[in-house]
Amino acid sequence: MAEKEKEEKKKKKSRDKGKDSSKYVIYLEDVNKAYSDANGVPALMDINLKIKKGEFVFIVGDSGSGKSTLIKLLLRELTADSGKVIVNDQDLTKMRHAQVAKFRRTLGVVFQDFRLLKDRNVYDNVAFAQRIVLKSEKEIRKNVPNMLSMVGLAGKYKAKPKQLSGGEQQRVALARALVNKPTILLADEPTGNLDPRNTNDIMKLLEKVNENGTTVVVVTHNRDIVNSMQKRVITLKQGVILSDEEKGAYIDD
Amino acid sequence: MINTFFYTLGQGVKNVFRNKWFTMASLATISACLFVFGIFVAVVFNVNHIVKTVEEGVSVTVYFNEDVEQERIDQIRELVTRRPEVYRCDFISADEAWAEFSKKLGENAEGFTENPLANSENLQIYLNDVSKQGELVGYLETVEGIRKINKSELTANTLTGVKAVVTYVSVGMIALLLAVSIFLISNTVTIGISVRKEEINIMKYVGATDFFVRAPFVFEGMIIGLIGSAIPVVVLYYLYNAAFEFLRSNFAFLNDYISYIPASEVFIYLAPASLIIGVGIGFFGSFFTVRKHLHV
Repeated sequence: MAEKEKEEKKKKKSRDKGKDSSKYVIYLEDVNKAYSDANGVPALMDINLKIKKGEFVFIVGDSGSGKSTLIKLLLRELTADSGKVIVNDQDLTKMRHAQVAKFRRTLGVVFQDFRLLKDRNVYDNVAFAQRIVLKSEKEIRKNVPNMLSMVGLAGKYKAKPKQLSGGEQQRVALARALVNKPTILLADEPTGNLDPRNTNDIMKLLEKVNENGTTVVVVTHNRDIVNSMQKRVITLKQGVILSDEEKGAYIDD
Repeated sequence: MINTFFYTLGQGVKNVFRNKWFTMASLATISACLFVFGIFVAVVFNVNHIVKTVEEGVSVTVYFNEDVEQERIDQIRELVTRRPEVYRCDFISADEAWAEFSKKLGENAEGFTENPLANSENLQIYLNDVSKQGELVGYLETVEGIRKINKSELTANTLTGVKAVVTYVSVGMIALLLAVSIFLISNTVTIGISVRKEEINIMKYVGATDFFVRAPFVFEGMIIGLIGSAIPVVVLYYLYNAAFEFLRSNFAFLNDYISYIPASEVFIYLAPASLIIGVGIGFFGSFFTVRKHLHV
């Protein structure tokens, strides 16, 4: 009898945990990650993080604080040593290599160095994201110009990345990240290579994307934008979450 | 799915032009390797052919006892012809032997009223493998009715030796050339694709499947392999014919002893072999090199 009760309790607990994680688009529980080439020094320790659908979150911290590792875990570029990483209801710790591509299509990603395909023009860079989800050419011809208009690059669809400014390249990357209508947009230092004017433009675009219902997670160390936007701020330091505040500010050492 | 196939195929074709330096380097490597390979194969084919021609000219001659009936001779001929190492067995009657010999004597033969070679009817036995000469002679010695066996042990042994050397050297050289070619070509492909590691990473981040990332590279590899192997085949074909013509007209005295294989007979094997090697290396080279970068 006692055994049966124990079993029931265990099942209930696991159901509740499932319910808990299903409320969030990003759900990390007791996550640890260490790199083998860093003599076992952990990059992330006991990370617990919950982000709801439609939130706008900044993740801030100095170099080596674990920001990049966190993004890599969310992208399933790395897997956690222990703990749970659930993104868009998918448990990334149990995900097989073959399922990763399909999972990533539910995310949009923007990087500091833009990562555009250099030998293809603006249109083809954005269309590439649609082609991998097997959209028809007809749909691509409709969706790509719409997205380029949204980021303000409708007139430059034929240009190659090297013919564009940093700000424009980041807009192309943003258009590519958004064209498949992802539920989450991950932006890793999206303004790291931009001047203040372009930084503001990109942040405005990210806000607009968020207003349309997309969850936006921005990793940055740009104090000004964090302080001016009054969003949720999660501060990482040496692999642990130092603070997690609604309408937070950039915390200095 | 059909759209994806044509898209990736189209990207493969575009890649050939987009990455001009990589294309040129790979084409040059594949062409150079298969060119050397082709020359060697053509030489080996001809050496083998020449050895085979000489081999077929080596014969064992069998003479019969005086009292042997024609019926027994026919029987012996039948037995010999059935042996696997025998390529041809001709009966030369005494008259035929004398007619042949008197041609050589010329005017000196005119004084003979009777056939001086009355007892010289014989069997000329040609072998398809001269190394089996000893075996055949051993057998002939046990056959009743045979008086004498003429053989050329020195020629047979020399030819057997030459054939063995040619076989070992050609197999060894072809294997070595292939290994060097595969090594050089896969190195070029590896370097060319590693430079584009970033491109592969980007595709993976955006959510492309392994197939979607790999297919254009594989098509690109196969196209380069196909062109890279077709160039030396075409060049070699014309070069072979020119060399063939040059040897025939400038070394006419050799024509009695040596015959070369016509280009069509060499290229019927060399062309498909080169194309398969070229396309195969292009396919596997890019397939495995891209795989290394897919775990992003």
